[in-house]
Amino acid sequence: MSGGARIDGRTLALHLGVIALLLAANWLLPEYHRGVFARVLVLAVFAMGYNLLFGYTGLLSLGHAMFFAAGLYGAGLPVYHLGWGVPLSFVAGIAAGGVLALAIGLLALRTTGVAFMIVTMMFAQVGYLTTLYFTTWTRGEEGLVLTPQMRSIAFTDTTLTLTDPSLRYLIALALFSVVLFLTLRLVRSPFGRTLVAIRENEERMRMLGYDVFRAKLTAVVLSGLFCASAGAAYGLLFGYVGSGFASIQYSILPLLWVLAGGAATTLGPLVGTLFMFYVIDYTSGITTAYLMLVGVALILLILFFPRGILGTVRERWLKWLP
Amino acid sequence: MAFGPYLLLATLEGLVTAAVLALTALGLSLVFGVMRVVNVAHGEFFMLGAVLAWGVSTAFAGHPSIGFAAALLVAPLVVGGVALLSERLVLRRLGYEPEATIVATIGLLYIVQQLALSFYGADARPVQAPFNIRIQLPWFGYSGYKLFVIVAAIMLMIATWFVLTRTKAGLVMRATQYDRETAQAFGIPVDRVYAGVFALGAMLAAIAAVLIVPIQQAHYLMGRDPLLLSFIVVIIGGLGSLRGTVIAALLIGLSDGIISVFFSPTLAKMLATALVAMVLVFRPQGLFGTVAR
Repeated sequence: MSGGARIDGRTLALHLGVIALLLAANWLLPEYHRGVFARVLVLAVFAMGYNLLFGYTGLLSLGHAMFFAAGLYGAGLPVYHLGWGVPLSFVAGIAAGGVLALAIGLLALRTTGVAFMIVTMMFAQVGYLTTLYFTTWTRGEEGLVLTPQMRSIAFTDTTLTLTDPSLRYLIALALFSVVLFLTLRLVRSPFGRTLVAIRENEERMRMLGYDVFRAKLTAVVLSGLFCASAGAAYGLLFGYVGSGFASIQYSILPLLWVLAGGAATTLGPLVGTLFMFYVIDYTSGITTAYLMLVGVALILLILFFPRGILGTVRERWLKWLP
Repeated sequence: MAFGPYLLLATLEGLVTAAVLALTALGLSLVFGVMRVVNVAHGEFFMLGAVLAWGVSTAFAGHPSIGFAAALLVAPLVVGGVALLSERLVLRRLGYEPEATIVATIGLLYIVQQLALSFYGADARPVQAPFNIRIQLPWFGYSGYKLFVIVAAIMLMIATWFVLTRTKAGLVMRATQYDRETAQAFGIPVDRVYAGVFALGAMLAAIAAVLIVPIQQAHYLMGRDPLLLSFIVVIIGGLGSLRGTVIAALLIGLSDGIISVFFSPTLAKMLATALVAMVLVFRPQGLFGTVAR
């Protein structure tokens, strides 16, 4: 997987530029919008994880909420019940997502096409019901609130609390940057090309002697790890862990974000998440019909704009866009 | 209470669930079988049928049976119309491509749900049963209406079976299901068959909802459970197999009542869902289906 990833100058410049802009935004944005951006950055990581599987590998999962929730609970439960520190529980959250993704991948990848979508949706439903069933520990829909004391990192002489907006934003941006560059490196590597080739013609790849199952399983696990890191960060940064994040809606939202921003583009998930977040934010002032908006957006996107924002930009103007 | 009456009651309740479930799942199965489209909005067609039944039956003053009869006629027609419209406007333009249609029907699900929430509200509302007779069984009296639901569902299923196997329309549908391109080559208007099947599937769900709504109140989120249960039934029964759908609905309907008594409903749902996912993983053709060509 490593080695052979060629990232040319302008691609690198574009991605570094985006990150520099986002870094500057920490001091330029008004307080409210900085808060929104912090959430969007974490959720964009979720979308990037989804995009790796849906956009690049061509596997449509309807159950990614379970990986997000695995990270959320994997990090939130030890903090809340066992009093673990923030860094350790963050790692625990990611590990939970990776293990779950490996198990789900081994089972669900035995199916293809429509069956894969239904199986992932059902496993996610089981995950959601699990969070409701163990309500003694998870408090179900009501959820757990992680207090600022639980969410502080103590160094030798200073204590960092994750409720500080600037620190929160910078951590979200750091996670986003790491996952963005991992994705970029991955899709430009031979392994990334293999995934795209599987998306285009799985049979031919099998005939050429590639281990398709292994490649898809790796993609599922990586996707699960990214999504879980987003879930863990979301719980720790914003201090709330609830069943709502495991529900089917959080499996549909990353699909919507990726479709809007452009599937199989590295920056599409960020653009799509940001776009949809603000669309919903602005229209919520006019109407409460938020579900309607999600529904109409999904149908319009798939009918008239299946490549999304950056996908269209790439098709029309910037052919080199990764 | 002794075991005998208890078991009889659980069986009867299970049969009512199974009857409604079989009708709903039959709609989903038809659409998947003929069109290869997974209709995620199927549960919302069910919900729409129930909400419309409430609307129609409250519009009629007189005896509840008049309103109910009107609902039984109007609700499926309106739901069929909505389905037809969405098929023409959205699904056909997508060329019935599996992934695109799933995304589109998810969109449809949200739209219908939001419309119901905005215009009908978040309350659960009851519909009066068309008649109120208690039928005396050995140990207890049982609602005559519930028995009527079971009989009505059986008759509707026989009717569907008759249409599918004994009429020209059914032959055309089966031909399209078997091989779309050859059917087209033989002059079957595949395009119109698809529109008809999608509407028919939605109408079956709507009829099932009208039948259940005097027992279970109409609510804008009531489409969720039927959707998941229909998926389960269709998968266990084998996608596109009518006989399998009926058997699976019976199995699920009867066991649902009994399992829910002994375990917590959440655990029952958890186990059922996990089990079905496993069926799909290890036996994708379902328990009664045949291997796809």
